[in-house]
Parts: sequence; C-alpha cells; structure tokens
Amino acid sequence: MSSPTGGVVKKEKVSVPFDYNKYLRPNKLPHIWCPGCGHGIVLKAMLRAIHNAGLNKDNVCVISGIGCSSRTPGYVDFNTLHTLHGRALSFATGVKFANPKLKVIVVTGDGDALAIGGNHFIHTCRRNIDLTVLVFTNATYGMTGGQYSPTTPIGSQATTSRYGNIEPPFDACEMAKASGASFVARGTAYHTLELEKTIQEALEHKGTSVVDIIDACPTYFGRMNKFKGASQMMEEIEKDKTVSVKQVDKLPPEKVQGKMLRGVLHKVDRPEYCEQYETLVMEKAKAK
Amino acid sequence: MAITGTKGATGLTGNTAIAYAMKQINPDVAPVYPITPSTGIVEDFSSYVADGAVDTELITVESEHSAMSACIGACAAGARVMTATSSQGLALMWEMLYIASGMRLPIVLTDVNRALSAPINIHCDHSDSMGARDSGWIQIYSETVQEAYDNLFMAVRIAEHEHVLLPAMVCMDGFITSHAIENINLIGDDSVREFVGEYKPAHSLLDTGNPITYGAMTLPDTYITFKHQQSKAMAAAKDVAVEISAEFGRKFGRNYGLFDAYRLADAEAAIVILNSAAGTSKVAVDELRKQGKKVGLLRPRLFRPFPFEEITGALKHLKAVAVLDRVDSMNAFGGPLFNEVRSALYDLEKRPKVMSRIYGLGGRDYKVADAVGAFEEVLKAAATGRVETLQKYITL
Ligand SMILES: Cc1ncc(C[n+]2csc(CCOP(=O)(O)OP(=O)(O)O)c2C)c(N)n1
Ligand code: SF4
Ligand SMILES: [Mg+2]
Repeated sequence: MSSPTGGVVKKEKVSVPFDYNKYLRPNKLPHIWCPGCGHGIVLKAMLRAIHNAGLNKDNVCVISGIGCSSRTPGYVDFNTLHTLHGRALSFATGVKFANPKLKVIVVTGDGDALAIGGNHFIHTCRRNIDLTVLVFTNATYGMTGGQYSPTTPIGSQATTSRYGNIEPPFDACEMAKASGASFVARGTAYHTLELEKTIQEALEHKGTSVVDIIDACPTYFGRMNKFKGASQMMEEIEKDKTVSVKQVDKLPPEKVQGKMLRGVLHKVDRPEYCEQYETLVMEKAKAK
Repeated sequence: MAITGTKGATGLTGNTAIAYAMKQINPDVAPVYPITPSTGIVEDFSSYVADGAVDTELITVESEHSAMSACIGACAAGARVMTATSSQGLALMWEMLYIASGMRLPIVLTDVNRALSAPINIHCDHSDSMGARDSGWIQIYSETVQEAYDNLFMAVRIAEHEHVLLPAMVCMDGFITSHAIENINLIGDDSVREFVGEYKPAHSLLDTGNPITYGAMTLPDTYITFKHQQSKAMAAAKDVAVEISAEFGRKFGRNYGLFDAYRLADAEAAIVILNSAAGTSKVAVDELRKQGKKVGLLRPRLFRPFPFEEITGALKHLKAVAVLDRVDSMNAFGGPLFNEVRSALYDLEKRPKVMSRIYGLGGRDYKVADAVGAFEEVLKAAATGRVETLQKYITL
C-alpha cells in the first residue's frame, strides 16, 4: 500500500472515530472551560466509558453541584440535574433511591465534594449507595477565581493563600475508603485511556464508586503557581507526581515516595444501600 | 484590584469600594467564603490582609454556613466582625442569620444581590436578601457605589448602638453596582476611624471577669421575652438610623435619610423601588416631568426595620403608586416591598391606589422605557381612580 506521497506505510487498523455527538448536546456548545482546562478531557473519558459500558442513554442520570467541573451535565445528553454547590450527592441519593434502576453519575469538583459538601461525601460512602462519583480534583475553586481548596498542596499559591497554603490537603481516595466506599480509584487527565477504563470499571461496580481525577486549572492554579501552561501542569503534576498501582511494587522506593497512586485502589463487595433497604422491606412484609 | 492610598474622588466598582470601606473600618475578624458577584470584596480585602494594611483575622472557611458560624463565634467573643456574600451564600447562612440576631450580635454583612437558584443564575435580583427579611437583621439598600460605601460605615454604627445590638446587612445590586465603576468620594482614614469609633462590646465571652452565656435554652416562660426585647431593639434601630445618618451628613456632607424621595412632594403618581433601578426610574421621572406629568419616586433605604409611618407620610398625598419589586414573593399577594407599602397605607382615610409590578428577575434589564411604561399605568390609575391590573410581571 502506498501513501499519497509515494512512501510505503504500514497497514493501520482503521478506527472509527468515536461519535461524541451521540452523547453531547451540540446546541449547548461551545463550553465555558478555558483553553487547557482538564475538565474537557475528563468529560470525553466519561463519555467513552459510558459508551463502552454499554449503558442506555435514557437510563443514565448525570448530577452535579456548582463549579466549572459541575457545568458538565449541561453539555451531555442524558437525564441531567444541575443542583447546588456541595449538594450533588444528596440530590443523587434521592434520585437513586427513588429509581434504583437508573445509573447515577455524580460529577463534582474538589471544592464541591470535599469542602462545602464534605459531609455528604462521607455519608454517601458510608451508606455505599450505588452511585459513581467523579471528583475533578484541580486543587482550586476554579469557578470563583482560584481560592485554595481542600486538595491544594501545602505551600501553593491561591488568591486566599498569598503566602502559601498552610492547610494540609485531603486525599480523597483515603477519605472515601475510610468512609466505606466499596470502590475507590484515581486517574488523571494525562492518562486518558487509563482514566476511561477506570471510569468504566467504576460504572460497572455496584455500590459507591469514587474516582478521584487529577486535572489542571491552568487559568488559576497554573498561573498563580508559575506554571507555563497546561501541558507543563499535566507533565509535572499528573504524570510525574503519580504512579500506577500496577507498577508500584516493581519500583524502587525513591520512585514512589511522595507520589499519588493511580488505578483501582480499593474494591470490595459490600451490601449496597438500596438493596439493603429493599431486602428489609420484603422481610418485614413477609413477616406480616 | 484592591486600591491603596487615595483621597477625594476615585473611580471604583461597588466591590472595590466595599473592600476599601472594610479596610478603613479594620474589623477584628472577617470569616469569608467566595461567591459571585461578591467574591471581589473578599478577594480585595484578602490583599489588604496579606499586605498587613489591616489587623483583621481573615478566616477562609469551607462554606457560608461556616462563615456565618465563625462570625457569630467571633462576635460573641467580643470582636468587630464583617463578611460579604450573595445569593446561595446568604441562603446557606439562613439558620445562622437567626442565631446572630437572636444573640444580638452586631455583625455587618454586605449582600451583593443575586438571584436564587433554580434555575441557576448569577445576575441581580433581590430574592436573596428579601428571603432574609424576617431574620432579624437590619437591612439597608444602596442605589449607587457611593451609597453602598457610605452605608457600610453607618451600618456598623447602627448595629453596634447600645439601643440596637443587632446584625446589619448592606445590600447593593449584583454586577450593576458591584462591578460597574463610579466616581466616588472617599472619606479619609482618620475620619472613618473617628466615625465608627473603637468597638467596645457590651458583653463578651472573652471577658472572663464577667462570665456570660449566649443562646441558652429558653422555655415558654422566657423565650417570648427575649423575642419581645429583640423586636423593641429592631424598632429602636429606626430612630438610631435617622440619628446616625444625620451625623454622617453633618460630617461628610452626604445626606441620607430613611428613604430617598425624588420629585415626590408635588407628584400625583409615583414609583416605589429599591437599589440601582431607582436611578433608571429617575431618568424616566425627569422625562415625564418635561411633558408636564406629575410623577415622582420613593426609594426606601432602610427596609428593616420598615419605617412605615414615615413612608406613609411621604406617599399619602399621591393618587396612585406602583411598587416595583425585583423579586416575587411567590405565594403572597404581590412582591414584599409592595406588601409593606400597601399595608402601611391602609390606615389612611384617603389612600392612594397601589399596584404591584415584578421586574428584572435574574438580571433582566430594566430600562427607562420600562419605568415610563410603569409610570403610564400609575398615571392612568391616578386619573381614573381605578387600578386595571393589580399585580403583574413587567420586563418580560
Ligand atoms: C452556597 C454557595 N456558596 C458559594 C458558591 C460559589 N461557588 C461556585 S463554584 C465554587 C467553587 C467551585 O470549586 P470546585 O468544586 O473545586 O469546582 P471547579 O470550579 O474547581 O471545577 C464556589 C465557591 C455557590 N455557588 N454556592
Ligand atoms: S477556571 Fe480553571 S477549572 Fe475553570 S474552566 Fe478555567 S481552567 Fe478550568
Ligand atoms: Mg476545583
């Protein structure tokens, strides 16, 4: 086979481009995200994961709070609910409980899930209700102009930490696990294909599945912390500061130290909340 | 951008002016949490803190629920406390708003008026502060950047007055006032310091020599007594507001009262309206006056406590009034300002006809033509003695 320029090229597997439009609301585009924002990459990974999991669009409900990340439901063609800052998980609990047949996905920011909504995060995980929670962790409140968030590293600049942040950050995965979530994973916008698979696995899990997704806010966190741009942030934060859980045992300790683990970090079978509830109701009904 | 040393006339946005006023007041504690369109206030103020230009402890909490809780704690401990918020932020403070007023804590908050969700909207209307109108907070509304700046100083004095001791909220319109630049006159730091004075709390948790308790359980034998005292303090806030604004006028040459009356004395028909939309309406008044139409305007400044006697006095000679609310009090009969005004007029032997108009929700433009349209309806009611449509939405 020859190429148009005459050279010989290898026979390539022809891949049909993924039809994002099937899952988007094109009339709601363009989106509000800044150039280089990681949220768009996460959105694409989420759509491919939903597709690969073979979910029926009409059975999917995407719910968010408020924030740049929480704008996601506006762009996607599922049942969607855009709620209040911090409360997405409570709304989602209501939706899932009312209709356990729905596949409920919560799209939330690190501020949304872990600051103003931190209480709901803990209790959602504790109940192990069947929700997939995608936390867009960009270490800032992007939407309101770059205040520090509960995942901002110590020493980082934010509009509210002009001399460097002194508050220790949360590890969302540790918190989810400790609170009782039965599936806990981490991904990054840099490792796109891995992220897509991780989200798919989360979607296929029964119980509360949390995926902490590290992505970049070049506009605020990036500029204030002297990053040259989004690609440098992706390389230095998402690539260099994480290591796959599959490789961790093979690497010398110095290559692992101070890095966050990627991949599925915790997966157990634990009774799911809606099912528990139904079982109880049936038992009591039978006893009557 | 936070401004530093200035004197005289300076072009400032509402947010920058409020942040600057806060810098001049130099409160002891400011618990803050960001929300559009008030974020600029705390962002600028945090620069003053970072630069050491104020002595304030800035507490960056994780939600407005915590922000107002921290305000309450700090104020009960004897600190002068200020914060700012908007919309959902004020809504999330709800539970604590009542705690602040019930504990008689003179916290001062700037509310940059923004619509409440759902559907989500970041633009101006008054649903946030109007929702809090019965929470026991003094509410002062501001037409312009200058007025918002001036109101903040007066709010501190009114709130902390020994006959009052209640929290106060200064309201200005989101984006329209908060983000628009206006040339305003700044007061010198020394004059501000002298006007607001040093805060000497009447009671303080840190005054260990005189131990006190706040918020203790009260049963039916005492709860109503507390509320009665609170209600009397709120009523007293009106006279105090008159007194303080007169003092402000004497010192700084800008005279504000309980309300602003524009070409009202010889008017037959008038609009009653809050905040920035009054400016637009005044343009309509001038245009209609040129055509010989006897129209005027009343803009309440103090909405809580509601100065019903004074407002009745100012409106009683009119034949018809339209009260324009930038909020709907969904299942009441007309907007909240309409209800107050109409009820205040009830005791008159001969009352003006009153109609309710809801305008500008979620930042919908209110233009001179809209004000003219409203005036035309009031003029018609004045001429016929009949109100055709008692309540309706305009600017749709
Ligand atoms: C009760 C309430 N308080 C404050 C806000 C203002 N607000 C909107 S988004 C946001 C922070 C968003 O941060 P995050 O969840 O991390 O999302 P990101 O924008 O970084 O994606 C804040 C404070 C709000 N909408 N509601
Ligand atoms: S502000 Fe930050 S988080 Fe928000 S869209 Fe821009 S880059 Fe993304
Ligand atoms: Mg964030």
